[in-house]
Amino acid sequence: MSDFTPTEMMTIAAARALTNDDVCFVGIGAPSAACNVARLTHAPDITLIYESGTVGTKPDVLPLSIGDGELCDTALFTVSVPEMFRYWLQGGRITTGFLGGAQIDRFANLNTTVVGPYDRPKVRLPGGGGAPEIASNCGQIFITMALSKRGFVDRLPFITSMGHGEGGNHRERLGMKTKGPTRVITDLCILEPDATTKELTVVSVHQGVTREQIINNCGWPIKFAETVIETPVPTETELTTLRDINARTRKAHQGNKEAA
Amino acid sequence: MARLTSLAEAISENVKDGDTVAMEGFTHLIPYAAGHEVIRQGKKDLFLIRMTPDILYDQLIGAGAARGMKFSWGGNPGVGSLHRFRDAVENQWPRPLEIEEHSHAAMANAYEAGAANLPFAMLRGYIGADLPKVNPNIKQVTCPFTGELLAAVPAIRPDVTIIHALRADRKGNVLLEGIVGVQKEAVLAARRSIVTVEEIVDELNPPSPNSVVLPSWAVTAVVEVPGGAFPSYAQGYYPRSNAFYIAWDEIARDRDSFRKWIEENIMKAGPEDFAKHAKKAA
Repeated sequence: MSDFTPTEMMTIAAARALTNDDVCFVGIGAPSAACNVARLTHAPDITLIYESGTVGTKPDVLPLSIGDGELCDTALFTVSVPEMFRYWLQGGRITTGFLGGAQIDRFANLNTTVVGPYDRPKVRLPGGGGAPEIASNCGQIFITMALSKRGFVDRLPFITSMGHGEGGNHRERLGMKTKGPTRVITDLCILEPDATTKELTVVSVHQGVTREQIINNCGWPIKFAETVIETPVPTETELTTLRDINARTRKAHQGNKEAA
Repeated sequence: MARLTSLAEAISENVKDGDTVAMEGFTHLIPYAAGHEVIRQGKKDLFLIRMTPDILYDQLIGAGAARGMKFSWGGNPGVGSLHRFRDAVENQWPRPLEIEEHSHAAMANAYEAGAANLPFAMLRGYIGADLPKVNPNIKQVTCPFTGELLAAVPAIRPDVTIIHALRADRKGNVLLEGIVGVQKEAVLAARRSIVTVEEIVDELNPPSPNSVVLPSWAVTAVVEVPGGAFPSYAQGYYPRSNAFYIAWDEIARDRDSFRKWIEENIMKAGPEDFAKHAKKAA
């Protein structure tokens, strides 16, 4: 296999988490790339849903926003936003939510709200959007973000959406019947929650990455599973598919520049 | 019945200083031309409502038109931060901004409750999240039948809702298609409403009996503003200018370049300047 970047490995490893039978609520950015690579490779019948209301969408280029026209043009159908959140998400029809985030902790709780105190934030981030209810109402959650000390922190300043809370059976205690985060795909490795403690644990390391690199890029003392495998490298098809869609996307997004 | 009028009149008659104003459009059909008119007329102390405040609210906040904002996601989609929004929250520039923050699900439910003339909305939401700790408008109710605890938020009832739609007929009946967001709910929840449209036609001819139509008698004012959603888009008319959304990051990062942009593109411009965007893809 030819060379590939850590980001390409991350996107492809994330894509592999999805199956043909999934009904997937797609977050924008890295999750959107992964979901569409899955659809264009091993999961052609996957149902992709964006929170703008587009159901069963098959974009040819990756959307910049969650509501690009491309999503509606290629969707099986499009519903209003209240219907999306009430009937389809809260109604329990979605198997998998795919999220990114600015910060994550060891129990896969996510922060996209503030860095620093809420009332006097050092950095005001965009906020939760759909994430709080995606995280609780989808059957399971995948998360993809690059491994870094800034992103993988010991303690979140704010919990925008709950993963496994304080760990253990915290979700159950709050009455949640869904699984929560089951896999976190980074540019260096793949993490899964420990069956009992729910603490994120390294289960797969990408080719050429050392344990020290992983330890040094994580804000808490990260644990490795008893058996850690090497992530299979991208196939020619996976890599070509990803590069093609990225190239189409770049071209499309630069195409209509004009001052308002 | 809706009054067919000019944008300047629609805004000056229906948007008052201090009003609670919702300009909706979920990526699609964002009422940019109308928002610019609000800035041009120097409206102030507005309490803005919008699920996804993007560039348009960045402009209103940076121009000093807003005293507060109720929202659920405040970013430049796929690009990054809204710099004017951040400057207001982090540095109180150009003035402090009171925020009331929710999730999308809660906002969507709250608009629907407003349209349904109910006092509050409930949802299975915010479980394990920190927002209820910082937003006193997120409370809990107990289901009287099962005992389940559910999240409750007040209904959204704007003084005025402003949206952009595809077209209207001469009576002021309005058609929306594509990603329709929460616009129908936002209009029906409001005391007054302004709808700008790409074109006014003799016959509305809704493509389906299930098309989203807002009847003239549920709308206050209708204004023809071709291109009025740019750099957002109008399905079947012109595409979203993702390039402009990307370019905005640079423009808004700096207070001076922002002010210069507002001066040149809003204060010295008018709704007719949006027409060039409509013609492009037609």
